[in-house]
Amino acid sequence: MEFVNLTIDNKSVKVEKGTSILEAARSVGVEIPTLCHMKLDDVNIENKPGGCRICVVEVDGRRNLAPSCCTKADADMVVKTNTMRVLNSRRTVLELILSDHPADCLICAKSGNCELQDMAHKLGVREIHFKGEQSTYKEDFSPSIIRDLNKCIMCRRCETMCNEVQTVGTLHAVNRGFMAVVAPAFEMDLEKSTCTYCGQCVAVCPTGALTEVDHTNEIVRALADPKKKVVVQTAPAVRAALGEEFGLEPGTLVTGQMAAALRRLGFDYVFDTDFSADLTIMEEGTELLGRLGKHLAGDKDVKLPILTSCCPGWVNFFEKQFPDMLDIPSTARSPQQMFGAIAKTYFADKIETKREDMVVVSVMPCLAKKYECQREEFATDGNPDVDYSISTRELAQLIQRANIDFNTLPNEDFDHPMGESTGAAVIFGTTGGVIEAAARTAYEVHTKKKLEKVDFEELRGMEGIRSATIDFDGLPINIGIAHGLGNARKLLEDVQAGKSEFHAIEVMACPGGCIGGGGQPLHHGDSSVLKARQLALYKEDKNKPIRKSHENPYIAKLYEEFLGAPLSEKAHHLLHTHYFDKKKDIEIE
Amino acid sequence: MAKYKTHLLVCGGTGCKASASDVIKDKLTRELDEKGLADECQVVMTGCFGFCEKGPIVKVLPDNTFYTQVTPDDAKEIIEEHIIKGRKVDRLLYKDPTSKEEISDSKHMGFYKKQMRIALRNCGFIDPENIEEAIARDAYAALGKVLGEMTPVEATQIVLDSGLRGRGGGGFPTGLKWKLTAQEKADQKYVVCNADEGDPGAFMDRSILEGDPHTVIEAMAINGYCTGATKGLVYIRAEYPLAITRLKIALEQAREYGLLGKDILGKGFDFEIEIRYGAGAFVCGEETALIHSMEGERGEPTFKPPFPSVEGYRKKPTNVNNVETYANIPVIFLKGAEWFSAIGTEKSKGTKVFALAGKINNVGLIEVPMGTTLREVIYEIGGGIKDSKKFKAVQTGGPSGGCLTEKHLDTPIDYDSLIACGSMMGSGGMIVMDEDDCMVSMAKFYLEFTVEESCGKCAPCRIGNKRLHEQLELITQGKGSKENLEKIRDLCGVIKDTSLCGLGQTSPNPVLSTMDNFWDEYIAHVEEHKCASGACKDLMKYIIDAEPCVGCTACARVCPVGAIAGERKGPHTIDQSICIKCGACVDKCKFNAISIK
Repeated sequence: MEFVNLTIDNKSVKVEKGTSILEAARSVGVEIPTLCHMKLDDVNIENKPGGCRICVVEVDGRRNLAPSCCTKADADMVVKTNTMRVLNSRRTVLELILSDHPADCLICAKSGNCELQDMAHKLGVREIHFKGEQSTYKEDFSPSIIRDLNKCIMCRRCETMCNEVQTVGTLHAVNRGFMAVVAPAFEMDLEKSTCTYCGQCVAVCPTGALTEVDHTNEIVRALADPKKKVVVQTAPAVRAALGEEFGLEPGTLVTGQMAAALRRLGFDYVFDTDFSADLTIMEEGTELLGRLGKHLAGDKDVKLPILTSCCPGWVNFFEKQFPDMLDIPSTARSPQQMFGAIAKTYFADKIETKREDMVVVSVMPCLAKKYECQREEFATDGNPDVDYSISTRELAQLIQRANIDFNTLPNEDFDHPMGESTGAAVIFGTTGGVIEAAARTAYEVHTKKKLEKVDFEELRGMEGIRSATIDFDGLPINIGIAHGLGNARKLLEDVQAGKSEFHAIEVMACPGGCIGGGGQPLHHGDSSVLKARQLALYKEDKNKPIRKSHENPYIAKLYEEFLGAPLSEKAHHLLHTHYFDKKKDIEIE
Repeated sequence: MAKYKTHLLVCGGTGCKASASDVIKDKLTRELDEKGLADECQVVMTGCFGFCEKGPIVKVLPDNTFYTQVTPDDAKEIIEEHIIKGRKVDRLLYKDPTSKEEISDSKHMGFYKKQMRIALRNCGFIDPENIEEAIARDAYAALGKVLGEMTPVEATQIVLDSGLRGRGGGGFPTGLKWKLTAQEKADQKYVVCNADEGDPGAFMDRSILEGDPHTVIEAMAINGYCTGATKGLVYIRAEYPLAITRLKIALEQAREYGLLGKDILGKGFDFEIEIRYGAGAFVCGEETALIHSMEGERGEPTFKPPFPSVEGYRKKPTNVNNVETYANIPVIFLKGAEWFSAIGTEKSKGTKVFALAGKINNVGLIEVPMGTTLREVIYEIGGGIKDSKKFKAVQTGGPSGGCLTEKHLDTPIDYDSLIACGSMMGSGGMIVMDEDDCMVSMAKFYLEFTVEESCGKCAPCRIGNKRLHEQLELITQGKGSKENLEKIRDLCGVIKDTSLCGLGQTSPNPVLSTMDNFWDEYIAHVEEHKCASGACKDLMKYIIDAEPCVGCTACARVCPVGAIAGERKGPHTIDQSICIKCGACVDKCKFNAISIK
């Protein structure tokens, strides 16, 4: 490894050759401001278009200021990051950006969490010297994501997420000059594009240009309606991240406080999506064993590998990009939708409430869930199984709005019966978790033996694509795992080409799985945040008295009282779905 | 060509073709057939002669008679008079604007006298669609020489020794660029011809490709041999259909003759050329943007380094040269580096093609040795300022360049002295301005262009140029103050200092150079709200002088917006808030009562 010595703001710096000035400066505590740079360590992807020009610095011997994000540190370089020339230019460029940005911070969804706002504060901008025409693009409302391009600063982070990380290919820079903006091809609406609503673009947007559709007001209204029974479910990954919105360290588990907060918000029943995650394992695991059994018996028509189907971003991805492979994924609905279907039938009967008087709310780390709950196939007579899906960030907003001091709340439990869950369900929130949960149950069901060691360490980790072979008592089961749709594409293309040797593949659309979902508190590309959230989930799993889905007594009771057996006709009707060719719906106006 | 006694060369450049030079050629051919002269006299459609102002051009060889502004109806007369009777058609000859004399031989025309044609050597001379005519003028001889007698290193050394610098604007030493690509190790390398000519008014690259496509093909093959590239790409804007057609024909013919493809001239060198089309974005002339565009990505620049010589097309080492640069290469090999480097100035060797335009008598494409002065170009080749008006400035370097004034007229034209004067060579646009031109408006015009052509990737170029343009607009509308001028200067500095690519780094140049050279004009605009040239309409006032006005009402009747009021036989007045300054009243008034203030 070759190192170079240089000077930054009179400090000597020694860095590996090829390091950017920005990172070299950071290593000695000089934080050069930037609006477009983003480095995703784990996936080795860096967004550095050199476009915002906020990070410019003076390099001795160079005619122009150099963008520190894409200028490599070189031997004996003398860099100054805070000269009059640099400060003046940096502020002028920021003023220029602000001159084409709506000054509606007071009512902007990103107010208080906006990098542009912070930058204006940091650089002490008190006046915009260059006023002039402002961009006027039409707003684009999709079921999950709102694009307000008047707030786009062309940092291109969303483009990097959409194309390089996710390979979805929806967002690109279009138009020239002052009209340049990031949009789907031909500036079509997201709803008509290849967008999967994974929300990774929203997660990295520095301004309010990309935000989630806000459903908090509908929930406040439902909670205030005395005629409505309002039921809430919370996804596994929420409890590992919600605390960050209240100043807690990443990875702080707030399961009990979250349940307490939801109760204080006025929800009639505080349940857990983990319950239906256990249910998913029962259905999906049975389906896996069924397909596997047929395959081993020599049935040539059976499709393997089976792909998980609990991630709605992933479902949108294969419906839009691989419509020829709709029979490969499991037919099991996602835990959110299984929960809604059971809540509005089984549980509604129990509390003698009519379907239309019940409102089911889900709290999700995800924006695609907003779209998922609006899918026609998940409604009965126009009444959706899940009425509203809100993100972790929206829940935090609701808690703050209701004057609830989150950090002093006591730990409370979820309600019964749909609040009981196992450790297997908790790890649904991280990459590798669903397949590990499935393995725990499938092993015991298939081998009829007790699992010696519940933890499948070989399935855990953060690499984008992982694989492991699990020994089912002499039967080797090949498992593939992909998180991030770009990685999913690779595995899927192998399946398409008939090259895949896996029996089962778990896919989660977001890097890290749901812990890195588009609806989570913003992690700004810092992968240590994701790792802390992941550890928290494994910790919760470890602390659970029951750690295998099929041992959840309330699940057993649900089958006994209502569903019969996994894959029964009723289970099929309520807990399974089918997929559609959505490639043909992608429209160019 | 030897078997014919006489040749009639008809310009087949885009400009002359637009004026029916195709029809002229057909009519000339038909006349010759009818008169039974088809065996003695041949009509050839060539590339551009450069003197576009006077097109369509028909030139008669061997006597060099230069007919201008020929129409299809003149064909008969040319054949009957000139070819059959040997009498020149006087009315079609070029008339010198100063001496008013008719000049028949193009060699004696001011427009051509000072020119030295290296890059344009075959333009207006050969039929570009016939490889044999090109070969008769030594096309591919240099390639043969290089492949047969030289190693790549030796050949590159010749380009280095010649002192040739990039003609696209940057002026980077061509030989050095080749060497940098050559020294990279890669399984595949590329050479790219940048034919994405985009400067307003510049059309030398188009003319070369239209008039002599083989020179570019040959140079690219030599470039491939020197750098180790087996693939060449021509990135050409789709708005150049004629150039594309002729290039395609030329490529096909070169393949047929074994001058492209496998084992060229039996020397074991493989080289192929493909065409890539640009959609007409100015920024795609920047080499990284050009490469992205060729890759199917958005045509926008990326930070250098890495330079294309290290990481270019498809991440492979790539050498990008402009059309005009390539057009010099074969000649350098045939006549030697020493010959070439003897032409021009100390640091700028050879010639440069300029597209001469604006308020000048002889508009067209010219090629002069480096070091020729602006005065020679404007007054001798250009024939002086139109309508005997006063010279004010000449703009070089297009939207990246600047204005040069009276005091710069004796400056020798080369890369370095133009930069020293606050302008630049650019790709060779040269626009002459006279006393009627407003320099603030001129700066605004160029900025309008960059605002339109910025890719929008970096903030200072995307928003800064827009704001700069808005500030200039305020000034030309009479709404500016000295404070605006200060803002403009500051903003220009920041845009230059912080923009990502050459486009943004140079876009303020037209503003800065007009401010430096015509500060008084800016001051007049903001302090007195006056535009001396009368170009800024918002600063003009039409005023009716009560004394000469007889109240005939003619002006009031012609005014399209009803801005003029007054009693019949009484003095009229113009309501300035309504007046759109169309000037119709001035034209109508028989009593000279309306003046512009």
